[in-house]
Amino acid sequence: MNKITIENLSLKYSDGTESLRDINLEIPDQQISVIFGPAGGGKSSLLRTLNRLNDLADVVEREGTIKIDDQDIYQPGYDVIQLRRIVGMVFARPVVLPMSIRENLTYGLEVAGIRDPNLLENVLETSLKKAALWEEVKDRLEDPGVALSGGQQQRLCLARVLALEPEVILLDEPTSGLDPISTGKVEESLQELKKEYTIILVPHSVQQAARTADQAAFLLQGELIEVASGEVMFTNPQQQRTQDYIQGRFG
Amino acid sequence: MKKKSSARQQKQRLGFGLLTLMAILTVIPIVAVVVYIFVLGAPAVNLEFITGFPRDGMRAGGILPAIVGTFYLTLGTAIFSVPLGIGAAIYLSEYAPDNRATQLIRIAIINLAGIPSVVYGLFGLGLFVLFLDFGTSILAGSLTLSIMTLPVIISTAEEALRAVPQAFRTVSISVGATKWQTIRKIVLPQALPGILTGVILGLERAAGETAPILFTVAAFFLPRLPNSPLDATMALPYHLYVISTQVPGMPIKIQYGTALVLLVFVLSMNLIATTIRSRARARRQW
Amino acid sequence: MKINFRNQSRLGEFAITTLIKIAGYSAILFVGMIFLFLMLEGLPATRQVSLDSLLSDRWYPIEDYFGVLPLLGGSLLITLGATLIAVPFGIGTAVYLSEIAPRWLREILKPLVEVLGGLPSVVLGFLGILVLSPYLRVLLDLPTGLSALTGAVLLGGIAIPTVVSVAEDALDAVPKSYRDASLAMGATEWQTIWRVTLPAARSGVLTAIMLGVGRAIGETMTVMMVTGNAPIVPKGLGDLFSPVRTMTATIAAEMGEVANGSVHYHVLFLIGIILFLISLVVNVTASAVVFRSKKSQDRILS
Repeated sequence: MNKITIENLSLKYSDGTESLRDINLEIPDQQISVIFGPAGGGKSSLLRTLNRLNDLADVVEREGTIKIDDQDIYQPGYDVIQLRRIVGMVFARPVVLPMSIRENLTYGLEVAGIRDPNLLENVLETSLKKAALWEEVKDRLEDPGVALSGGQQQRLCLARVLALEPEVILLDEPTSGLDPISTGKVEESLQELKKEYTIILVPHSVQQAARTADQAAFLLQGELIEVASGEVMFTNPQQQRTQDYIQGRFG
Repeated sequence: MKKKSSARQQKQRLGFGLLTLMAILTVIPIVAVVVYIFVLGAPAVNLEFITGFPRDGMRAGGILPAIVGTFYLTLGTAIFSVPLGIGAAIYLSEYAPDNRATQLIRIAIINLAGIPSVVYGLFGLGLFVLFLDFGTSILAGSLTLSIMTLPVIISTAEEALRAVPQAFRTVSISVGATKWQTIRKIVLPQALPGILTGVILGLERAAGETAPILFTVAAFFLPRLPNSPLDATMALPYHLYVISTQVPGMPIKIQYGTALVLLVFVLSMNLIATTIRSRARARRQW
Repeated sequence: MKINFRNQSRLGEFAITTLIKIAGYSAILFVGMIFLFLMLEGLPATRQVSLDSLLSDRWYPIEDYFGVLPLLGGSLLITLGATLIAVPFGIGTAVYLSEIAPRWLREILKPLVEVLGGLPSVVLGFLGILVLSPYLRVLLDLPTGLSALTGAVLLGGIAIPTVVSVAEDALDAVPKSYRDASLAMGATEWQTIWRVTLPAARSGVLTAIMLGVGRAIGETMTVMMVTGNAPIVPKGLGDLFSPVRTMTATIAAEMGEVANGSVHYHVLFLIGIILFLISLVVNVTASAVVFRSKKSQDRILS
């Protein structure tokens, strides 16, 4: 079952950077899809088209369609706000809002007009457990979010996304600032989470891509070079350029 | 070789010494002014001075109407300039696109900041007192002072808003908040101490200005408290000006006393603003 | 668990955004209004008083002499004097604070200078009358202490905080790497300041000076109280010791006594227009200098 269908997607910014050229990609449900490639290739841009976060940047041209559950998310009148709840994003550097841990988690719900304290408590606990953070913070929910360690902060960001009951989770190099142990914990969580959600991951290394990918897509300078299952991509890629990149001949 | 380098060292020592002297000469007058006024004005300032009404053609008694007048003017200025100024700052920081129109706004603000205070007085006279027929009143004076204070508030508030990390806004949008929700719940609260500092410093200037209120609100011999915004009123800066230049036989003690009260009014605002600024810096969560 | 999300009302968001946009554009509105009013009340003067008369050197409104030259001259003389004081002391202090003073001293002195900037000008004028003026009179053996010199000294003092503040920020913004590179090549700190740091901060320092000059030109109360208010065209720097009259003081002193709508009234507004235009030119040029040089700096560094 394909959750997301990207057809002929092209993107150009006002200063010419990070453009995407004619991307065609299917993202299946309940899998980890990895989009990898060298820096400046358009991976972040691609991710940001999926939750329409790039509406905030100065996009000069956009062509093609993106359908989630067969609905074109760029059609006029589409509920962008709701889209961002359904498609959650975790960023490269953990961005903890300047509030307590609890407030960080309930922020998304608050702006959606949800006040019921019981509901909020439930959601809080559930999402923290799913992000494997509950045990560590359950007694210090009123502490400021910045008091947590880097790895904990990133898991907090994950929990923040989960609190909105998303269907798709986008992760843009989520472990780039983290130590190997925290990285491992995040990758473990992803394996658990993929059972419930559609995961799209931009890894910060080819090795991470190889470890986690169910489906892998190689993006080079805005073009989609190759798409394959995780196994095939990292053992026997078809395109020369893909092979060169994976083997570290450029990057 | 050694001779050459010691000549350069000497030059440096001389130069440093000269600059240090300059800095001292700049700072000493400041301290001297404050100390002088405190020492010569303190004997005049007692409870009666602050809470009493003037007698004997202003030559004796207290200056309560002037204090109250300055207070009302500062309040009036705040009412008009703060919401408008913060709103404009929010526009410039969060909404304004990078185009000609925005540049025009910025030039306008720079312009407003540079207009001489007496020209504001002229404008206030022409528009508020005469054309709109508010008369010489607290209303006219406050409106004039507000426009004068606007650029200060806008610049400091915009700076405070821009200092809030962009990442907060991105995250907020990505969990489904609207732009205004983001501003209201995250950006504005985080920028508030900086904004407050700027507001207080702006109001401090407004409280001490004489020229804009000369023709728009200030009265000299009005020994009663104002009843409505349409009343004229005494004000501390104007009072000081008149008693030091136009009233024969004015006791020096009263002049210094008035200067002291004005100074305390202004300096305490400065102190509050600086305290807010340093406290906030310590408590920042980013 | 399916949560019922409720979006922020679109109308409410639009309303607030509109209000903010209006606030943003209000600055343009106000400048426009001020200019409009000045023109409305000031231009009639050009019809009522001949250009020759306006450019004469006699300002004696009671007998219909409206020559603005003495006032212009007075403003210029005092501003020149103030600049001669404010620039060396202001920049010198800025260099001291930014490059020489130890951190703890800087933390004390910088707010102190800011305090000077916040002092009401009427207080400084007050002390000018009671303290500075008699002192200068005795010191320099002058017939009166209320002169252009007194005004220039006080005005210089008022302009110094502006100069210090902007110049110090500009010096502070010069990257540490510039200084390090200079020192590594064997220059002393003194040489570094004058050959590297100051030139690098050139545009900011220029802005500081211009803003200081702008402040001096626009000052009203201080000059009104200590310059003696004699509208005579200053003929040279020697007139520094005689009383003068500035444009600002003229407006402030005479506006209260004019009949609404009289020629005198209109001429005062005309002087207001002159002041408005001068400040417009000075301030916009100052900011344009910063803007343009920032762009070229970026180009060089990239």
